[in-house]
Amino acid sequence: MRGLLPLLLALVLALPAHAQNVAAVLDVHRDQIEKPSRTSIGPVIDALAASGDPLAATVLAAWEDRRLGVLEDGTFVLTDGDAATSLEGQPVAGKATVLRPNAGVRGLIAGALVQFQLTDPDPAARVAAIDAIARNPSADHLPLVRAALEKSPDPALERLERLLTLRFDPDPAARVAAIESFGSSLSLDVRAALNPLLATARVATVDEPQGNIAREIPVSELGRVAAYDLLVQAGLAPARLTREAAQQALVAHIQNGQVAGIPVASLNTQDARDAAYSALEASGAVPPAATEDEVDAALASATFAEIYAEPEAQVTDAARAALRGIDAKVGAMQAADLAMDAVSLASIYFLAAIGLAITFGVMRVINMAHGEFIMMGAYTGYVVQQVVPNYTLSLVVALPLAFLVTFAAGVVLERLVIRHLYKRPLETLLATFGVSILLQQLAKNIFGTQARPLTAPDWLSGSLVINDVVAISWIRIAILVLALLFLGLYLFIMRRTRLGLEVRAVQQNPTMAASMGISPGRINMLAFGLGSGIAGIAGVAIGLFAQVTSEIGQQYIVQSFMTVVVGGVGSIFGTLAGAALIGFLQKGIEWLNPSNTLAAQTYMILFIIVFIQFRPRGIIALKGRAAGD
Amino acid sequence: MRRSTLIFLALLALSTAAVTVMAGGGLISTSFVKTLGMTLCLCLAAVAMDLVWGYAGILSLGHMAFFALGGYMIGMWLMWARTEAIVVQALSGQPLPPTAEEIRQGIGGQIFGVVGTSDIPWIWSFAHSLPLQLLLVVLVPGLLAAVFGWLAFRSRVTGVYLSILTQAMTLALALYLFQNDSGLRGNNGLSGLQNLPGVSAPQEVTALWLFWASALALAGGYLLAAWVVGGKFGSVIRAIRDDEQRVRFLGYPVEGFKLFVFTLTAVIAAIAGALYYPQAGIINPAEMMPIASIYLAVWVAIGGRGRLYGAVIGAAVVSLLSSWFTGGRAPSIPLGFYTIDWVDWWQVLLGLAFVLVTLLAPKGIGGLFR
Repeated sequence: MRGLLPLLLALVLALPAHAQNVAAVLDVHRDQIEKPSRTSIGPVIDALAASGDPLAATVLAAWEDRRLGVLEDGTFVLTDGDAATSLEGQPVAGKATVLRPNAGVRGLIAGALVQFQLTDPDPAARVAAIDAIARNPSADHLPLVRAALEKSPDPALERLERLLTLRFDPDPAARVAAIESFGSSLSLDVRAALNPLLATARVATVDEPQGNIAREIPVSELGRVAAYDLLVQAGLAPARLTREAAQQALVAHIQNGQVAGIPVASLNTQDARDAAYSALEASGAVPPAATEDEVDAALASATFAEIYAEPEAQVTDAARAALRGIDAKVGAMQAADLAMDAVSLASIYFLAAIGLAITFGVMRVINMAHGEFIMMGAYTGYVVQQVVPNYTLSLVVALPLAFLVTFAAGVVLERLVIRHLYKRPLETLLATFGVSILLQQLAKNIFGTQARPLTAPDWLSGSLVINDVVAISWIRIAILVLALLFLGLYLFIMRRTRLGLEVRAVQQNPTMAASMGISPGRINMLAFGLGSGIAGIAGVAIGLFAQVTSEIGQQYIVQSFMTVVVGGVGSIFGTLAGAALIGFLQKGIEWLNPSNTLAAQTYMILFIIVFIQFRPRGIIALKGRAAGD
Repeated sequence: MRRSTLIFLALLALSTAAVTVMAGGGLISTSFVKTLGMTLCLCLAAVAMDLVWGYAGILSLGHMAFFALGGYMIGMWLMWARTEAIVVQALSGQPLPPTAEEIRQGIGGQIFGVVGTSDIPWIWSFAHSLPLQLLLVVLVPGLLAAVFGWLAFRSRVTGVYLSILTQAMTLALALYLFQNDSGLRGNNGLSGLQNLPGVSAPQEVTALWLFWASALALAGGYLLAAWVVGGKFGSVIRAIRDDEQRVRFLGYPVEGFKLFVFTLTAVIAAIAGALYYPQAGIINPAEMMPIASIYLAVWVAIGGRGRLYGAVIGAAVVSLLSSWFTGGRAPSIPLGFYTIDWVDWWQVLLGLAFVLVTLLAPKGIGGLFR
């Protein structure tokens, strides 16, 4: 083999520079390839990439993958485990030493590989290469991408070319054209490419500011201290005397308990300290500090400006115009996103409150244990998941089971406790509160205090992504659907079935209803069970996105009651309106102060307290006899 | 003066004297003296609750918010004064005497370091002065109650709606205080309140002082409440409780009466809180969550509504039993297959007791004395 080398070399030299043999290049740079260093390997990789040999990509890829080896006789081979093949793919006998380039070198190799990958026949490899460039773009990529684009036109590649052009092309007109070609696209990558163009730095100068000026800043906007600090940074003014420095100077000049003749004990106000420092200045012991007048003069003579890092004004103008268009569109999309969030929150509140709409809204029973029925539903879901491992199937089992469990619990509660208290509504509140703490503690004793997972099936996880701004998770859509389903169910039961008719009759006039052959006790029991059962189903739904703990119901109980009260007791559409109002309000306040959801809840409750002033009977108030007392 | 009031005052004086003697003799621990003192404060809050609910028929689920607000107001002074002493002490080692500004900065850093700032919020403007802060103990909860009550009663929010609204108010306040930028140290709350600034006496002694103050406050609050419900005023508010509409038709300004009772009881609750938290040593927004106010209603219901001594009995019995059961001192009951550990089961028992009292003894424990 060795004997062939001179021949090969001669062959290589005879060929045009762009069509060298890879093996030859490898051989020439043998030392550097076998012991590569990040700082010096660049030209070697470039030589390999530029060789024009169709094997170059294979060799580079193998080198990066640590599959390039050297036989004992010095031939470069591709290795696969212990087996080795020649660069062309023929099996070769012998033991190969695998080359192990470090991470830095492999990064450089990957960079060089990009140009091959961009024209790779495999679409997945092309997409990966485009993504790699988009993540970490540089000016070097621009010619590679353009060359690839000439060979194989591709929309994604063309888009990447424009993204690179708008940042790195030397011709400003081409960049402006590239910026304008995107219009007001919402994509994150366009915004990411445009934003650095508008990066500014604040500078202070005594003469006209140079460069691409974004705007001049008046001192009043900067603030005196910040403005003067800029001057100091630019070396245009002496540093200001800080309080700490003045204090250190005073301490350094304490003599016999005195500073410049002033006793230390009297230096307990800032004025006294300033006076002492002035006395030290007068005696020449400390350098004079800049006075306020000098600061004013320095500030008045200087100009403060924000200057773009990008020197071309037409590029920054175009970028600014493009971003303004994008911002307007993003703002509209965010509003849509916020509205969807609000709808989803409203549907959660509605779902939590719809059971109350029956027990509280129709029967006027304050059930403080309603939240615990939600909890029971959530725990039912958890227990079912322990038995049925398939998440979809377990959800199908859990929903009706939760309804049955809480329906039964509601019936028991109604028969044992609430039945005796219909005449004393305030005491129902207290008794059901007793039930609430009892159930909470029981849950704690059974399931422990730590949160239990209630996992959503795969088809419910993830989000519906509309664009880079608007996305909504499937669980929230499912809850919205569930809420609408229950709205329909409620309307159907109350308006179209015998049970609904009897419930309304008993609510309006129990004695009259009884004389018509309706058993008020039975109807109350069924209605209360129905409201509780719906709470149980709501519990499964809430458990899917919240932590299932014994306190899960407590988080919703006050809001649920407020939903019903704000909406108007006794009207399901009122409850719907109340949930919508509370949901939109809370999200709206959160949008004004995004860091603070607690504040949002606080202001929302305050709003509700004020709202009740103006509509004491809620948004949709029942009129006439149905309003009752 | 009614016989029950005299009996109550005599019993209170006797038990105060007994506790003083026993604490002096070392028979009961300082922490138990504190527990007893706190119980007296809870009794005072229960008297206020009884006045507003048992007599005026307003089931407020927000009176513990006023209680906690009172605690916050006094806690601000306690914390400020103590921190000031610490800061002055720390700065005295420096070569230059500290300026007032430096002391303020030091206090700000000490108190608000936990919420990541050293700026002193404006609500602490009066924290340096005990008299001003004592005034705020009365003014802040009183004004809040007056404004809230005026809004609620004016629009004729009654019954369960009022209960839900007061509960919402408590929740709003608690959630607000949970924020770090509320100016009251977020969920850290105020701590170290058991150290009375400027007092060098040991905890055993100060615990007794606060116990006496609590007993005195309870006696005063009880007398005031007894006086309020004893006269014609008391008859009017009981009439409002029984039939608001009819009293209004008789020409009484129902809203004014209700607002007065609501605000008065809020102030009483605030004073009780201002005495409670120096004994508890720490206050945080969790104390304000609606559950606390519901417990207050529970105590009054168990003790017996519409009787002042009933409220005191309910608060004392339930809160002392609670601390006995949850303190792990109650013996567990082995059932062979399962051991009933009262720390876990006390709440279940309490909930059950609560349902049973409401169902079977609507007049509560106090009703048994009649």
